[in-house]
Amino acid sequence: MQQTRAVELGTGLFVFMGILALFFLTTRVTSFDAYEGGEGYELTARFDQVGSLKTRSPVSIAGVQIGRVTAVEFDNERLEAVVTMRIASRYDQIPSDSDASILTQGILGGQYVGLQPGGAEDYFADGDEILFTQSAVVLEQLISKYLFSQGGGE
Amino acid sequence: MGLEVLYSLRGFFGTFGAGQLFLLRIIVNMPYALARPRLIIRQVYVTGVQSLVVIMLAGFFVGMVLALQAHLTLSRFGAEDTIGMVAALGLVRELGPVVTALLFAGRAGTALSSEIGLMRATDQLSGMEMMAVDPIKRVVVPRFLGGVIAMPILAVIFSAMGIFGAWLEGVIILGVDEGAFWSQMQAQVDLRDDVMSGVIKSFFFGIAASLLAVFEGYNCVPTAEGVGRATTRGVVHTSLTVLVLNFMLTAWLLGGN
Repeated sequence: MQQTRAVELGTGLFVFMGILALFFLTTRVTSFDAYEGGEGYELTARFDQVGSLKTRSPVSIAGVQIGRVTAVEFDNERLEAVVTMRIASRYDQIPSDSDASILTQGILGGQYVGLQPGGAEDYFADGDEILFTQSAVVLEQLISKYLFSQGGGE
Repeated sequence: MGLEVLYSLRGFFGTFGAGQLFLLRIIVNMPYALARPRLIIRQVYVTGVQSLVVIMLAGFFVGMVLALQAHLTLSRFGAEDTIGMVAALGLVRELGPVVTALLFAGRAGTALSSEIGLMRATDQLSGMEMMAVDPIKRVVVPRFLGGVIAMPILAVIFSAMGIFGAWLEGVIILGVDEGAFWSQMQAQVDLRDDVMSGVIKSFFFGIAASLLAVFEGYNCVPTAEGVGRATTRGVVHTSLTVLVLNFMLTAWLLGGN
């Protein structure tokens, strides 16, 4: 009987340790974002060039992450990329003339959507489209521009 | 020569089919074991709790060496802040599930195979049958379920210990900034794609490792030599199966992205 209790106690502690470890992995190791549970509102934006932007890339304003990209699709008719992003509902006072640009985090970092607040009186609501956008900078295009400008100077 | 290949192929597929039938018998008999949770708890204790020290030590040192290696390479690019991320991704996605399964095969799998094999060799299994107790229900299913339950828990503990080891080596010993260590990790490690895919993997490894261990033990030649051979075969087959399965599961889990 005594031994059975020890076995049960040991197993219970073992499972508890497993739960604790999983809790550590989810909260400490990953960014367990509160706004991923579906709350928040969606915005779309059209870009000529999204570079290597992917779903789940961050959306930030003034350097603070406020949401994530939920879809990157191609519009067959207008031949543009359509980026859908979900913004946390507590950031609901973004002026409706704000512009979105695709930026890069550091040299080795991935790409993200940066919002630049505008000055309009009204705010973005669910389903709105960001009208002012700036595409990703493609390194090859940048280099060729630089080379052409060098040639033209002579 | 050609005949030999044919024979070994026949042996392989024969064993493969027998293993599948064995799994089917286990699944069919599962309700009986589930009605007696004490038997399963006892096996979770034997396979899980008694492997805990091995798993924790291994995880800790794997994490430390990951941080050391990552630091050596990444510091050349001035990117040593990312060692937390490198260690965490490596542990959670690959090393946690795989190394745990390999250690499990060596620590718990051998114990299962030899225990059941010895029961076979000493006629305990036939004795049970004589008393109208199905050894599959009473002996095999609880051991199988114990392994399946213990494996994901062990893998999660392994990963957590590994990250602790990486933190100790990276932040305390090598002097990487602590804030950068955690924030880089949190920015890149994803709950669903990384942590959960590791847990799913280790669940499948648990099924494979436990099944092979009980299968080899149950079907061993009932002699001292036979038990030894079955135990060896169990470890070898489990290790290879885990590595092959790992490739397939990784391809499947990454295929969604």
